[in-house]
Amino acid sequence: MSARMLRALLTVPLIALLSGCDWVVMKPFGDVAIQQRDLIVVSTILMLLIVVPVMFLTLFFAWRYRESNKDAKYDPEWHHSTGLELVIWSAPLLIIIALGAITWIATHTLDPYRPLDRIDAARAIPADVKPLKVQVVALDWKWLFIYPDYGIATVNEMAAPVDVPIEFSITASSVMNSFFVPALAGQIYAMPAMQTKLHAVINKAGDYEGFSANYSGHGFSHMRFRFLGTSGDDFDAWVAKVKAEGGKLDRADYQVLEKPSEREPVRYYANAEPQLFDAVLNLCVDPNKMCMRDMMAIDAEGGMGLEGIYNLSRLSYDKPRMRGLAQLPSTRDYVTALCAVDTASQQTASLSAPSYGSAARRLAP
Amino acid sequence: MHERSDLMNFLFGKLSLEAIPYHEPILVWTFVVAAVIGLGVFGWVTRAGKWTYLWNDWFCSIDHKKIGVMYIILGLVMLLRGFADAIMMRAQQAVAFGDSMGYLPPHHYDQIFTAHGVIMIFFVAMPFVTGLMNYVVPLQIGARDVAFPVLNNFSFWMTTAGAVLVMISLFIGEFAKTGWLAYPPLSGIAYSPDVGVDYYIWALQIAGVGTLLSGVNLLATIVKMRAPGMTLMKMPVFTWTALCTNVLIVAAFPVLTAVLVLLSLDRYVDTNFFTNDFGGNPMMYVNLIWIWGHPEVYILILPVFGVFSEIVSTYSGKRLFGYASMVYATVVITILSYLVWLHHFFTMGSGASVNSFFGITTMIISIPTGAKIFNWLFTMYRGRIRFEVPMLWTVGFMITFVVGGMTGVLLAVPPADFVLHNSLFLIAHFHNVIIGGVVFGVFAGITYWFPKVTGFKLDPFWGKMSFWFWFVGFWFAFTPLYVLGLMGVTRRMSHFDDPSLQIWFQIAAFGAVLIAIGIASFLIQLVVSIKNRDKLRDTSGDPWNGRTLEWSTSSPPPDYNFAFTPVVHEQDAWFDMKKRGYKRPESGFIAIHMPKGTPAGIILAGISLVSGFAFIWHIWWLAGLSFFALVAGAIYHTFNYNRDFYIPAEQVVKTEDERTRALAQQV
Repeated sequence: MSARMLRALLTVPLIALLSGCDWVVMKPFGDVAIQQRDLIVVSTILMLLIVVPVMFLTLFFAWRYRESNKDAKYDPEWHHSTGLELVIWSAPLLIIIALGAITWIATHTLDPYRPLDRIDAARAIPADVKPLKVQVVALDWKWLFIYPDYGIATVNEMAAPVDVPIEFSITASSVMNSFFVPALAGQIYAMPAMQTKLHAVINKAGDYEGFSANYSGHGFSHMRFRFLGTSGDDFDAWVAKVKAEGGKLDRADYQVLEKPSEREPVRYYANAEPQLFDAVLNLCVDPNKMCMRDMMAIDAEGGMGLEGIYNLSRLSYDKPRMRGLAQLPSTRDYVTALCAVDTASQQTASLSAPSYGSAARRLAP
Repeated sequence: MHERSDLMNFLFGKLSLEAIPYHEPILVWTFVVAAVIGLGVFGWVTRAGKWTYLWNDWFCSIDHKKIGVMYIILGLVMLLRGFADAIMMRAQQAVAFGDSMGYLPPHHYDQIFTAHGVIMIFFVAMPFVTGLMNYVVPLQIGARDVAFPVLNNFSFWMTTAGAVLVMISLFIGEFAKTGWLAYPPLSGIAYSPDVGVDYYIWALQIAGVGTLLSGVNLLATIVKMRAPGMTLMKMPVFTWTALCTNVLIVAAFPVLTAVLVLLSLDRYVDTNFFTNDFGGNPMMYVNLIWIWGHPEVYILILPVFGVFSEIVSTYSGKRLFGYASMVYATVVITILSYLVWLHHFFTMGSGASVNSFFGITTMIISIPTGAKIFNWLFTMYRGRIRFEVPMLWTVGFMITFVVGGMTGVLLAVPPADFVLHNSLFLIAHFHNVIIGGVVFGVFAGITYWFPKVTGFKLDPFWGKMSFWFWFVGFWFAFTPLYVLGLMGVTRRMSHFDDPSLQIWFQIAAFGAVLIAIGIASFLIQLVVSIKNRDKLRDTSGDPWNGRTLEWSTSSPPPDYNFAFTPVVHEQDAWFDMKKRGYKRPESGFIAIHMPKGTPAGIILAGISLVSGFAFIWHIWWLAGLSFFALVAGAIYHTFNYNRDFYIPAEQVVKTEDERTRALAQQV
């Protein structure tokens, strides 16, 4: 092989690396994802320290000790060398010690449950910035975003102001999904009757893609949404637009919305019922259902004995929504719940909508 | 669905004519082709009048060598099916962009990727490695058969019954649309009400019985039946890896069985282990299935490490470097493989400490694995390497596998996993280690031991073709997936909106075509070799100047393997015997006690198959009947005391004299 060809061969991966600038995982726009990218780069370089020599030695030994090369030394009984053994165990060990230390630290600092302590590498979070709360529900096969502080909700599109910490609470309605916006931060599973958390921040305005990264059935391929990183003003405008264009989202609307559907258009809801996320999480959006929370409270008290059987129909969640089959006939109904939905708190719930626009900043001391 | 009479419902359960997918042209054509091939084979065997021979000498045989060969054949046949799935996926993803929905609707595509995973792991990789272990281990330790020969036959047929059930799902009903690990709640009855998941469950349960029993069998064989003098630290490395693999099988497969039983209970009798409601917890399933699933990948890779160890040392004409550290590395991997399962779901929301614990244990596995790579490397050092086909696979493996290992360690860093999990990067990673490791190793092993099995070598030209097409094809098929993963493209998608991704999928599809040529080359290699068998004939029984006991026998070995049990003094026992001028005994043969063939295995596995089918379709009378028959049949078989069989001394003398003549002619 000529030196020129060799050089050409070496530049190919370089070009690939350069063009890699468009690869979103390698070039994200949120501080968390950027740190995760850096971690990938550092770990890879650390490992290449050992992988490259191994690949080189493999090819070199294979060539050097080929049968036809009678010049190479042949020592058929050589099979042990304490010094060499020491090296081949300790070299990977050292790398793993280094990588292990990095892993321990990074796993803790980038724990999705941990509130952010910085906006990016250079800036800490200003004391007056309130994090944006977003509740995410993975539905069959679309995404519902509820902004509890604003009383609004959207489907398949969400927005967040640049450089403001976002606090996601995530759940799902039927099966396991994974909430993932590669430009923003790593993914976390969205699971029914359970809540996961994610803290992240977007550093650059833009229109990014989000999707489910965990297969969830027929409509999975199109379970995608837009993640809009906006300026503070644009965010306020977006909220205003949602309020202006959207209708209401109460429990009944939700029950219609959650029915399996594919390629849903973007939808806005100006009025989302405040307790909706909590009800989704507790599998009791249907007012005839008993909330998981209540069931667990009863169970924690020792259960209801045989009477508990009467709760079964009110607790049944999966079966009535069976995919592909007709609804099961309803069974006998008994009043059982310890406490009804807290309507009083719903009515008195006041919204504490923080404003991220320039107007707000001017008002701030 | 129209109403049926109660009698029909009783007789056929959920089964009806609607279950036959005659409206799907792809499946109809698959059926036609399968039927033509099936009839062709049937006709060919009938014309040759070979059914009795096949039944007596193969299907009912309890000879570990024949069972090993049947495992490999099963693996090859299922490889074709699994690869057909793969190429369909690659084709779909190469075309399904924008307005084009491709040729596979989601409900078909989702079955294909599920079937691909299940088949490749359970019915390709597992039969391949089990087959190699079955054939080679008893020969390497100087035994005449495995510890429980009848059980061995039963294990094989149970595995086959599982495979048949998966194949039936193609033409009757459907397969699971859940992904190869069938996570609930998606795999629960509410979200997968069809029979697909039931096919999955029963195929794995039936095959799982086979795998577990063969694990027990080989474990007992290695522990109890080694030739005198073969202490643990004198065992060939392949036998060592087989030992560790079978420890893993025995400890891990019951977990799979248990978790699938729980899932079946959820589906069949309305329990709530993994449902959303009534306190069920799907996370428990994910944990349990990976407590089996992670050791499973080591079950596949460890024996292959053993294969490479044998090959590197043989073709380098040199003792294996660092035997002891190789053994310790294997044992360390065996133990650690139980401490890493959580790295498959860092994204499920465990705390940072839990995630980093499992991340770091995962990284630690790379230390013994790295040591192994170095040991192979230094075995080549100062060797005299013959680049026969198995050695090519080995060098290809070493180059490929380190990259897969590296991306694996990368995925073990939890925050990095958050952005790479479930992406095509992950897909590229595990194909990198499973193709670059297991598949390369299996082909290396098949080529290496083929002359032992048949008495003639495989044609090297087509072997090299197969290697190069696989090797280059692999990199073409999976480098784009690494790239796509870094672009944030996730797995299991049947359609894409972003047209800029298409080129990468097209490159990947091209790679899959190259691999297809690699597989075709292997099949051609078999045909060409059988045709030219006289030219490729090896009468020595030791064509590669081997080092372990299997090369001391004739090729193919006699039914009894060894007329006299060899006595072992050193590692590389056969090499040591050759060095010390071992003289083969040529007289003094006596009758050899062997177990007798029996149809019990194939019959019981057949009944299990019927039982599984009946459970899948809720045909309760048949399920009950066949389950009863299964238990009764097994008990009945235990009363069969007519199990002994002596190979008469004259027969042994005749066989050994032939061998003496063959060896004399060679010199």
